[in-house]
Amino acid sequence: MSLFRIMDVAGTGLAAQTVRLNLVASNLANAETVSSSVERTYRARHPVFAAVLGDELAEPAASAGVQVLEVVESARPLQAEYRPEHPLADSEGYIYRPNVNVVEELANMISASRSYETNLEVISTSKQLLQRTLSLGQ
Amino acid sequence: MKSQIEGLFGIHERALLLRERRAELLAHNLANADTPHYKARDVDFRAVLAGAQAETGIGLIRTSVRHLAGAGADPVLGEPLYRVPAQPSIDGNSVDPDSERSAFLDNSLRYQASLQFVDGRIRRLTAALRGE
Repeated sequence: MSLFRIMDVAGTGLAAQTVRLNLVASNLANAETVSSSVERTYRARHPVFAAVLGDELAEPAASAGVQVLEVVESARPLQAEYRPEHPLADSEGYIYRPNVNVVEELANMISASRSYETNLEVISTSKQLLQRTLSLGQ
Repeated sequence: MKSQIEGLFGIHERALLLRERRAELLAHNLANADTPHYKARDVDFRAVLAGAQAETGIGLIRTSVRHLAGAGADPVLGEPLYRVPAQPSIDGNSVDPDSERSAFLDNSLRYQASLQFVDGRIRRLTAALRGE
C-alpha cells in the first residue's frame, strides 16, 4: 500500500523539521551566552536538508522523504565587546557574543513550524483516505 | 461471469492506484519543501491514464534489476516530470508549498471520488447477489 508510504515520507519531514526547530530553540536560548574566548563561544547552528531517494533499482520513482544531512555552525564573525567590568572578560577586557541573529532565527522558526504543519496535514489526510479504503464495501 | 467481476471496477481501479502514487509523490515534494536543490515532481495524470486505457506501454524485458528500465517503466506512474517553478528560489528548490498543498488536497478528493465509485459498484453487486 502506497498510502502507508506517504506516512513514512511525511514522517521524515516531521523529524527533519523537529531537528530544525530544536536548533532554532538552542540558538535562541544561547543568543546571549557570552564567553571569554573566541573558541568557547557558542555559534549559531543550522541543519542541512537533503532528499532521500528510494531504491531506484528496485522500484522506479520510489521516494523516501527528507533527511538531515548534517548540522553546520555559522561562520559569521563573532562580536567582541569591550566590557572590562564583566566577570567573564579576558585579560584585555573583551567578552565575545555568539553570532546568533535573533530575527533570522525567528523567521526560521515560523518557516519550520509551517512546514511541520503541512507534513502533519499530509499524514492526517492519508489517514482519512486509508480509513475510507479499509471500510470499502461495508 | 468471472470476467465480468474482474472488470467490475473498470477504470477506477487504475485511477485509485495512480492517485495513490501521485499522493506519495506530492507528499515527497512537501517533505522536501526546504531542501536545497530539490526539484518538485509530478505526473501528468491525463497522459498516464490515457496510456493505461490504451495499454500502449511498451516495456523492456529486464533480466537484471540493474538494467535501465526505459521510458514508461513504471506501469502505474509512468515517468514523473519536473515542475516548472512559478517563482524560482535562490537555493535551487522548486517546491511551491501552497500549490503542492492544493494539488495534494485535489488529489485526495479525487481519490475519494474513485473510492465512492468502487464502493457503489460493490454495493450494487452485493444487492444483486442477495436478491433482496
